[in-house]
Amino acid sequence: MISSAIQRSAKVGRRLLAVRFTYRTQRIVFIYSMLGVPLLYFLVTRLVPIVYSFNISVREWDVLSPEKPYVGFSNFAALFVDETFRRSLANTFLFVAVGIPGQLAAGLAVALLLQSATRLRGFFRTVYFIPYVTSIVAISWVFRWMLMPNGWVNAQLLNLGIPAQLFLQSPRQAPFVVALAMIWQSVGFQMLVFVTGLEGIPRTYYEAAQIDGANAWRRFRHITIPLLNPVILFSAVIAGISYLQAFGHIVSMTQDGGPLNSTRTLVYHIYKLAFKSFDMGSASAATVILFVILLAFTLLQLKVLDRKVDY
Amino acid sequence: MTTKTTYTKPLSALAILTLLLTACGGNSGNKAEGAAASPAAASPSVSVAASGSASPSAASGNSQEKVTIEYWQYEYPAKVTLIDELIKEFQAQNPTITVKQTNFPYDQYNEKVATLVPAGKGPDVINLYYGWLPKYVSSGFLQPLPEAAFPAAQIESDYYPLVNAAKIDGSYWAIPTAVRTLALFYNKDLFAKANIAQPPATWEELVEDAKKLTEKDGKGQFVVEGFAWEPGAQLHHWYRDGLLPQAGGQDLSDDRRRILWADTPAGLEAFQYLIDFAVKHKVGTTGVFTDDATAFKTGHAAINIDGSFRLGSLKKDAPDLQYGIAPLPAYKNKSAPSSFWANAIPKNVSGAKLEAATKFLQFLTSKEVQEKWVEQVGELPAQRAVATQDKYLNDEKLGPFISQLDNSKAHFFIDETGERTLFVDATNEVLLNHVPVEQAFKDLVAKTQKLYDDYWAKADKK
Repeated sequence: MISSAIQRSAKVGRRLLAVRFTYRTQRIVFIYSMLGVPLLYFLVTRLVPIVYSFNISVREWDVLSPEKPYVGFSNFAALFVDETFRRSLANTFLFVAVGIPGQLAAGLAVALLLQSATRLRGFFRTVYFIPYVTSIVAISWVFRWMLMPNGWVNAQLLNLGIPAQLFLQSPRQAPFVVALAMIWQSVGFQMLVFVTGLEGIPRTYYEAAQIDGANAWRRFRHITIPLLNPVILFSAVIAGISYLQAFGHIVSMTQDGGPLNSTRTLVYHIYKLAFKSFDMGSASAATVILFVILLAFTLLQLKVLDRKVDY
Repeated sequence: MTTKTTYTKPLSALAILTLLLTACGGNSGNKAEGAAASPAAASPSVSVAASGSASPSAASGNSQEKVTIEYWQYEYPAKVTLIDELIKEFQAQNPTITVKQTNFPYDQYNEKVATLVPAGKGPDVINLYYGWLPKYVSSGFLQPLPEAAFPAAQIESDYYPLVNAAKIDGSYWAIPTAVRTLALFYNKDLFAKANIAQPPATWEELVEDAKKLTEKDGKGQFVVEGFAWEPGAQLHHWYRDGLLPQAGGQDLSDDRRRILWADTPAGLEAFQYLIDFAVKHKVGTTGVFTDDATAFKTGHAAINIDGSFRLGSLKKDAPDLQYGIAPLPAYKNKSAPSSFWANAIPKNVSGAKLEAATKFLQFLTSKEVQEKWVEQVGELPAQRAVATQDKYLNDEKLGPFISQLDNSKAHFFIDETGERTLFVDATNEVLLNHVPVEQAFKDLVAKTQKLYDDYWAKADKK
């Protein structure tokens, strides 16, 4: 039996809580407020600085002076006229053009091999993944040491009768060498992504194709690739974003953007403008340009590569 | 169902707390830890508050009010330690003044200054690289040194001529404790092996010796470079303040607006001389053992042009290396490149703090401090009287550096990175793209002049 005291307090309670949430509403409020906390964090640490940098890009500001006069789009105009900036754009696109196919192809090849491996699969997976979790700086310096004019790689080439190469000292070879180092380091990650994708393809398709007389290449081309499409799209976008922002390897492997600015990428140019020349206005303008490129690139990839394939 | 709900809320609250804590810790890209581009927003400043044993004894009977001043310096372990000691000494001599030292990593130094000084949280005395003075002065950060304490005439008579680089618009804006110059580092063992008795003293001797010292293996690869050749390291300084004046040329016009390299044949002659080491004589090239200092340390370069700042790391990394130091080779006259970190007073310091800051600055440039600086940091005294003492002139390592200070010059940089890049690009054009030297030199002068024109156009608008 409920005592009269409890009945009375329940009535009071009902009047105090004029608005009583239903269980469902409570849940929704809880979920969204919990989601709101990281969202707030992202807004403050990501969105606000981005908008602020848009603001700086239309001003002239060397980091030391207190005034930031508005100058319209002259920073952008100055950038496009600057030969070094145009070179850095070209270099960045070169990295993307070489890096994305290279990384995807290498990752896919290793994933396919790993799939068909029967023994030591875990061991090989670890070995291929280790470069991905190694420091960029450490790897870059080891490459730099191996590739120096009197280094190990040239010594082997000379033993084979091939003339010594300049590698990182040559404006023509340096970007490819750096891109190769970046690809090598990302193969592990790419391989894991593709292995997951490959495992999502039902074996029955392969068996059916085999019965119909398809050889390995046709099976690969008509089953594996189309059904891996979402994975390829994801990898291309992620790799593209990463190569468009190539910086760590360049700073550690080459000095000053490489011989004759051959490895000077967009982010490196921004770094130099901002922290060495202290020209924040131009640097922000360049980051806005990078932002537009990244956005366009991602949207383009989503449009072109997003084909749903269902068998 | 009930057990799940009791844990959900506290668990999610904990997860969010962890997220916030880890997010505040640093960048999400932990791969780029070595890349020096960590934005100022993410890293906290390292504060070494060296407030000494500040218990002003009432027995001193001083009724002056206590003043606390702040001193900023970039993080260089030997300098930080020495300043801590000096602060204790200064505070003992001046019981009413307390000095706090704050340090920042070198890469973030300018950003910290830029953000904190306009906000009024700047120091009372600041240590900065002389190459940044033009920017700091034009941004209105500094005030000229108090004329009473640091009369210009006295500076010019007591200090070496290179301090002239701190004179802008007729006043001195900063004063150094110590300076650095370049000299010829040579490997004694390799010299003995090649039967060379003395380090080279002239341009021709340098070329001859470098050729004798170069060793290549059967396939034509460098085993020992006769002369370490890295234009992006010290050689571009060697050109501007060493080779060019030695050939009779002049670096900048008196108003520092015009590049005078191409005004006489000396400019091209000096440039050709520098390029020939790699192109004609082939005694060295870029990238051998990654850079010139490493090649020299590991005994793979017989001669290297480097600065007094290298002495410390040579002692640490290559203690068994038998090396000697000689003044830079001369040509038509002597001239040595130099640089310095100097102390300045920010603009809004006034009243009692300005007095205290001036006293501290005078202390920092006193004879005893300069001598301590030589011993502990390895830089050279900025005042002639201190540097030319026998104990320094006769020192095997320091003597050759000091003997050059009378002829030392410090180039007025408006954008050190930009100017260096243009120089390195020019040498690469000749080395890698086989552009004729005259063409590359002409382009270099034109591009450097444009850099200066842009800088002065902006400075004049203010």
